[in-house]
Amino acid sequence: MKEELFVSGRHIPNIDPYLNIWHWQIPLYLFLGGLAAGILFFAALFTIMGKENEMPAAVKKAPVIAPIALILGLLALFLDLKHKLFFWQLYTTIRIESPMSWGAWVLMAITPMSMLWVASYMKELVQGWDWKYKWLNAFETFIIKYRIWMAWIIIVLSVILGIYTGILLSAFNARPLWNTSILGPLFLVSGMSTGAATILIMSKSKEERRTMSWIDLLLIVVELFFITHLFMGMKAGSQVQIDAASLFLGGQFTVSFWVFVVFLGLIFPAIMEVLERIGYHIPVVVPVVLILLGGLMFRFIMVEAGQLTRYLY
Amino acid sequence: MRYAMAIDTLKCVGCSDCVVACQMENDVPIGFCRDWVTETVDGSYPNVEIELRSERCNHCDNSPCVRCCPTGASHIEDGGIVLVTHNKCIGCGACIQACPYDARYSHPEGYVDKCTFCIHRVRKGENPACVAVCPTKCMYFGDLEDPNSEITNVLKNRKFKSLAPEAGTNPQIFYLI
Repeated sequence: MKEELFVSGRHIPNIDPYLNIWHWQIPLYLFLGGLAAGILFFAALFTIMGKENEMPAAVKKAPVIAPIALILGLLALFLDLKHKLFFWQLYTTIRIESPMSWGAWVLMAITPMSMLWVASYMKELVQGWDWKYKWLNAFETFIIKYRIWMAWIIIVLSVILGIYTGILLSAFNARPLWNTSILGPLFLVSGMSTGAATILIMSKSKEERRTMSWIDLLLIVVELFFITHLFMGMKAGSQVQIDAASLFLGGQFTVSFWVFVVFLGLIFPAIMEVLERIGYHIPVVVPVVLILLGGLMFRFIMVEAGQLTRYLY
Repeated sequence: MRYAMAIDTLKCVGCSDCVVACQMENDVPIGFCRDWVTETVDGSYPNVEIELRSERCNHCDNSPCVRCCPTGASHIEDGGIVLVTHNKCIGCGACIQACPYDARYSHPEGYVDKCTFCIHRVRKGENPACVAVCPTKCMYFGDLEDPNSEITNVLKNRKFKSLAPEAGTNPQIFYLI
């Protein structure tokens, strides 16, 4: 028998008896960041492939969501800070070893880029849009001319942003559930899947919907594979990682994870997309909403469960 | 210079004097602490073994809290002491997540706070407050690179362990067992 207790009566808020220093702000931001990364990735990808006219929702309409999601995400991040007035210290240095540092810089770059992207399509999105000032019109001509360059920059930044939402967590070796390199790719794929789902619901063209539901289906399969991989790696890991996996394999997160994230958030919408494909009529809103809720829940569960896992000594 | 601490678990009686001394010395807000005492009981009666440990920041050589800090507020001072510059800290909580020892906490004023090895005392040539008050003299503080220091000698001659070395942090608080 082994029993351990604090003789000195330690009970620090948000740390004892278990860590709970990150609340709703971080998972919400991880979701919004992943969503924006997914949307921007597809917008840039189809532009580079020269398919602006075949994929109007992906290239022109859905990117409107991206800057909104990024700004809300940044707001959530700001709310998470406990020494708020010093937030500008983030932008006085670049620390390569700290994912949060280069994540902050990537956000600083991709948020204005996403706004420029939307601005360059403003006239096509809103009938009779007028920039009012001459210099703004001149600027619009300039960004439209260099749109392909913006696409190349955005595709790189969006992949970094998507992976970063996972690496932010995986860099903490003190939290065994997060400390796995599969988390970066897993969060990237999950973010892209939520992005693809958003494009799917905004699209009015049948062809575009077909392409996007294909892509989404593929991403869901990859995500399921990564989740399997995550738990295989944990089960084959050290004791702390075995304990971390057991939170999901019989522990307190078993139902919420496997029922709501894996089944309702991934497998069920995938089945519906397949049914739609073979001819049944399914309202597109159902799989899309399930995918988005599943993605949000996945991040909430990962952030909360990860904080429960720790080294024991 | 490499400051470190050795704590004799065979001499410690778990009085928590070190905890109170630290709270007084460093004006630690009520409800928080920079050091704490744990009791680990192994076995069952009549074969029981108790280990008492006064724990605090391990001032790790490979400190994950310093690595993940986005602003450089968490840094390493001369002698390997891990410190937080309060007006550079944004309170993001990354270092609290990164510490396998849960040695950091969010100060009510917003910044992150932790054991400083009483650097203000050490610079004057004094021992940290916890070491200075220990009634059983079970703590040794000193420079590991000085071959004649008390801590070097005690670590040379006694069996010791550190906490969760498998976390890869290279902790610098040693427990004599």
